Amino acid sequence: MTGPAVSRKLAINRLRERRPPEPAVIDRFLARHDVPIIEGARCTFLYRGGADEVRLVHRAVGLPEHIPLRQLYGTDLWYVVLELPEGSRFEYQLEVARGGQRERINDPLNPRLAHSPLGSSSVCYARGYEVPEWTRPDPDSRPGSLIDIRVPSRALRRDCAVTLYLPARLLRTARYPLLVVHDGSDYLKYASAKTVLDNLIHRLDVAETIVAFVSPGDRLAEYANSAAHARYLTAELLPRLEAEFPLTGTPSGRCLMGASFGAVAALSTAFRYPQVYGSLLLQSGSFVFTDIGHDHGGGPAFEPVVKFVNRYRAAPRWVADRVFVSCGVYEPLIIRNRSMVPTFEAAGMDVRYVEARDGHSWENWRDRLREGLSWIFPGPQKFFYE
Amino acid sequence: MRVTLLGPQRRPTVDAVMRSLRPGGPVATITAGWRDGEAGDDELGRLLGFRSVNLRLYRRWLDVQERDRDFAAAERRLRGVIEEVQEIYLLRLDYALRAVYAVQRRSGEDWLRAAALAEAIGAVRELDAAHLRRVSDIRGEFYQAWPPHDRPVIAGHRAEVSQVLGETAALVVAGGHVGVLADVLHLFNVAAALRSPVIAWSAGAMALTDRIVLFHDRAPQGPGHPEVYGSGLSVLRNLVLLPHARARMLLDDAPRMAIFARRFAPARCILLENGTRVDTDGDGSCPPDTRVLAEDGRVTSLEAA
Repeated sequence: MTGPAVSRKLAINRLRERRPPEPAVIDRFLARHDVPIIEGARCTFLYRGGADEVRLVHRAVGLPEHIPLRQLYGTDLWYVVLELPEGSRFEYQLEVARGGQRERINDPLNPRLAHSPLGSSSVCYARGYEVPEWTRPDPDSRPGSLIDIRVPSRALRRDCAVTLYLPARLLRTARYPLLVVHDGSDYLKYASAKTVLDNLIHRLDVAETIVAFVSPGDRLAEYANSAAHARYLTAELLPRLEAEFPLTGTPSGRCLMGASFGAVAALSTAFRYPQVYGSLLLQSGSFVFTDIGHDHGGGPAFEPVVKFVNRYRAAPRWVADRVFVSCGVYEPLIIRNRSMVPTFEAAGMDVRYVEARDGHSWENWRDRLREGLSWIFPGPQKFFYE
Repeated sequence: MRVTLLGPQRRPTVDAVMRSLRPGGPVATITAGWRDGEAGDDELGRLLGFRSVNLRLYRRWLDVQERDRDFAAAERRLRGVIEEVQEIYLLRLDYALRAVYAVQRRSGEDWLRAAALAEAIGAVRELDAAHLRRVSDIRGEFYQAWPPHDRPVIAGHRAEVSQVLGETAALVVAGGHVGVLADVLHLFNVAAALRSPVIAWSAGAMALTDRIVLFHDRAPQGPGHPEVYGSGLSVLRNLVLLPHARARMLLDDAPRMAIFARRFAPARCILLENGTRVDTDGDGSCPPDTRVLAEDGRVTSLEAA
């Protein structure tokens, strides 16, 4: 027999009971708590300041896009309590309306920020979420090196910048697998790709790998099932790298990786050159399709993508031995990615699919790299018995 | 051949073991499994009473890479072929083992399921055996095409290794990368000049067996299938050695462990944990208190298994 459940009041409710709380009480309240306040599954978001209205804005599927904060009576403190499932990582901003003006800002009370090429946003770590320690610099990990090269491309009619990651202790007599990463400079900048590689290789989770971080020119054109992009990677970049660096040069030692539109670029390149790449690592792919009609909701940039994905889904084709697919469950793309899993399987490919309680963000893609890379190019852990 | 198998040496026991064996002369050591760190053996030397001679097999292998480029290139090609063969084996193994686990989980008549399970495990055993044969054949063909004794650089190293082993009273083989260890032990023909007793731990012990089984149930990408890698020196037969078993294997998953033990039977699956000492000879006989994986998936002593 158990006793009655003890229900602990939320911090914000305890504050509300002091009516109206003096400003000094609110000062102390804010000084005592990290914001958002995480109490079990419940997360209290706060804003302090004069405003006509404050709303929490985000892109997590399943919640209203704009969630109003309530003003604590007689104060300038605004609050809203959300339930976030365990392990969630939740990006958001606040929209503050004042004197007819609306302004979107990062949460001034929350120092945690997530960055992307589009700017930054605040981020809430729900109960159970921790930044993986292997994403942080480890002084014990031998650092690989980054070198910049330029690859003149006739296919793309431009000189393409490529940043190469070479693992520490590169031996010319050894042979290494090659990972080609779309949106490479963003992976390096926003997903800590170099630190992650250094750590995962050092810990034997991932094989010593040479990584080519490629960056697009006109991204929406080059990554949306472009023949020129596929030709650049396969007929220009790959031969050059395999001539100049100690690479295995076999399909099983080649992987194409990308997130969002970059995942479409990876898949469509493998589709055009099905005997070349043994593995794909696709994160939150923009695999937008239609089952009926033409309204895909993605706008003109998605037209070639929808055409490609519709065609692929109608006749799934083997394009690589192994495909790792990951997606955040709070992304609008979650249904698209879930739908692609049986499609890939139907084509006879070995598929590993992973979901996370996260959104369409670089930190989500960073956090999945260990699972993805260790599956695609497993490290030599199984050989080591100290 | 008298061989003493030890568990991992984070908390060293090799010094006490060596004292108990009283080899009566200097000791040869192999730390090639540490690869680049091979020479960092000061602590080991101290534990062995400063009377050890490191055979430096990894450094010798690097020397071969440097000075016999043709052989090195051929060896690289061999490695590529072996990797490809291993990948194809793993692909087949995945399906075969998934069938085993599916049959094991299936509800229904016990006797029907037991018969089907035995057949499914038999299929995996055949696959393992065929893979081991294939790898051995490929290596055999390679050594026929590139006889190491005809390669002056390798022959020189072999002679030096043989001489050191002839002048020492025991051999100590440390852990590390079991693939590297197996390769250099073969390349420098250590088996031919081996002197008893041998003390080996972790990967060093695995590399002495006739069938190296790789395992890692706690890998970041999820539990991997235990896989046959190839043959070691075959000084030890009918033993599957499992260093760090508790840390690396899902020992609490008795059905999974039962499949492991049945798959490799009649070989004994011996756990090498911290502090373990197993004195054995070449035929695979072990003391009755040796901790083994029984065919019901439990960890027990050899006499109770």
